Amino acid sequence: MASVQVSNVRKVYQRDQQQIPVLDGLSLDVVSGDFVALMGPSGSGKTTLLNLIGGIDQPTSGEVRVGEESIGRLSGRALAKWRARNIGFIFQLYNLIPVLTAIQNVELPLLLVKMSGKERRQRALTALELVGLGDRIHHYPRQLSGGQEQRVAIARAIVSDPSVLLADEPTGDLDRKSAEEILLLLERLNQEFQKTIVMVTHDPHAAERARRVVHLDKGVLSN
Amino acid sequence: MQILLALVALIAVFGLAWALLWAVGWGLRRLLGRTTVSPLTFLFVGLTRNWIRTVLTVMSVAAALFLYVALGGVLDTLKGAIQVGSEQRLITRNGISLVFPLPIAYRERIAAVPGVQTVSCSNWFGGQDPNDPHNFYAQFAVDAATYFPMYAKDVEFVEASKPQVQVALAPGVDPALAAFMSEQTACVVGVKLMKKMGWKLGQTVTVKGTIYPGNWPFTIRAVYRAKVKSMREETMFFHWQYLNQMGMGGQSFVGVYHLALSQPERAADIAMQVDAMFENSSAATHTETERAFEAGFVSMYGNIPFVLRIIGLAVVFAILLVAANTMLMSFRERTTEFGVLKTLGYSDGTVFAIVLAEAAVITLGGGLLGALLAKSLVQKFDLAVLPPMRVDWSTVYGGVGVAVLLGAVSALIPAWQAMKLRIVDALRRV
Repeated sequence: MASVQVSNVRKVYQRDQQQIPVLDGLSLDVVSGDFVALMGPSGSGKTTLLNLIGGIDQPTSGEVRVGEESIGRLSGRALAKWRARNIGFIFQLYNLIPVLTAIQNVELPLLLVKMSGKERRQRALTALELVGLGDRIHHYPRQLSGGQEQRVAIARAIVSDPSVLLADEPTGDLDRKSAEEILLLLERLNQEFQKTIVMVTHDPHAAERARRVVHLDKGVLSN
Repeated sequence: MQILLALVALIAVFGLAWALLWAVGWGLRRLLGRTTVSPLTFLFVGLTRNWIRTVLTVMSVAAALFLYVALGGVLDTLKGAIQVGSEQRLITRNGISLVFPLPIAYRERIAAVPGVQTVSCSNWFGGQDPNDPHNFYAQFAVDAATYFPMYAKDVEFVEASKPQVQVALAPGVDPALAAFMSEQTACVVGVKLMKKMGWKLGQTVTVKGTIYPGNWPFTIRAVYRAKVKSMREETMFFHWQYLNQMGMGGQSFVGVYHLALSQPERAADIAMQVDAMFENSSAATHTETERAFEAGFVSMYGNIPFVLRIIGLAVVFAILLVAANTMLMSFRERTTEFGVLKTLGYSDGTVFAIVLAEAAVITLGGGLLGALLAKSLVQKFDLAVLPPMRVDWSTVYGGVGVAVLLGAVSALIPAWQAMKLRIVDALRRV
């Protein structure tokens, strides 16, 4: 069964009077537990596709289904709730809140779930231990290296146990060694915890770690 | 000097408040860094991310509200000044203007009006401190034998010289005034004036006459404390007979007559009767209650209350712009963070509430600080020409209300922008 189903999706951006097509009738199925790498040149629509799957942008036409949900039909509030339950985001620049400690950053998604403070802290701690940062929980982002920040971001993405992880250039801002650690972590999440992962990357080495590589060019799949 | 001291005190208080806020923020932040995250933590770390800016904004709101409430206090004081003075006593003055005197001959005729118990008189002296003409205080020449018994319930004598010779006091005159009554150049001074001038009982002080020229020496023979608001403690009283002989050449003019009534419920009738008696004379009179007479002085301030309100609102409006700009800056700096929060599943409404709550804490905190400081500090001022300064609680509540409104209005634009922010646009900004 497909975990992510993108059907004939078009996305056109309007800039002044000009229409800029980004995705042009794209269809893609990602089965549950798959690890897909999206590759392609800049402007090919990779990040736009990731945003549509994550429900943070709406397609101009076509349908995006994640699990049983057709996310285009959800209202803004319902979509926010759905994202909190089902999707984990990992960004290139980590996007941690600088004034919160590592564990507080990881706790953030759990504030949206009915849960005691103690349970919230325990789950955040488990997620941080899983990414190998159990000893850095009270450190602020500025006190961590880039690789460690990205691991905190991964802990934040998995803490609410979503079925799908969306990673936008997760190793793009890291050195080779840190990038390797992050990729190993994503592999582990995919293999041990059966997370469905869709990763945008420019790096062929990173793409090799995925089970499947999909190439985009000018808004359509090129393979 | 008093203003300079007040300014220094104000800066010190604000500096202390700053240090306190900073210390509390630093301590709480360290504490909260180790606790589980909650909406309150989230709000607090939002406020403390740029701690200096937050404290400065709180201080600017506090300063604006201090001024707003302090100006409100002046209005409260003016309003209060209308309500002082007795309605049981009447004042008779020249019908044309207070600056024109009345003949002493009116006294017996007024005293004969049914319902009038006793009549006293006083004259505004208008003297200056010869050492410092700007050091203002009021002096009145009064018919002491009738004046002080008439105001016996309004003042108490806390210090008095012993009389050199035994004198027979008029009925109702406080025995403490024996020395004062027996000496032509004696005077009675309020406790605040004694303190302000650094005078001592028995000291001879000189007043430079402006209406009645020359240097006038007076010996302080008694010190009084006011028991009612209408009686100021920065006033000097001396004998009307002394002024009549030395200043008026025995022409016997008085500034106003004070009428104590045996039938206070007939005050309006009595006033009309008195004025009717002198309607066609060379000096027609105007008689009114003491309270109305005091209120007449306040009305001389004209549009000052209106001007004060405009100044207060202008200050608040200026701070509104500052606060709105600060909120906008804070929002712009965190655009990506708001995008991340929305990505994690935080609703538009929650993001709107976060921005609004931060603004509410800043403006409400600043507003409370400024309003309460104004309440506690302004009341310590004494403007001499008015009753003691006061700030009503209603003015403080009004100020806090203005602060809340300020917060809501200043945060509305950034909160709205945060709510309407599209995630893809927010994440695109680095």
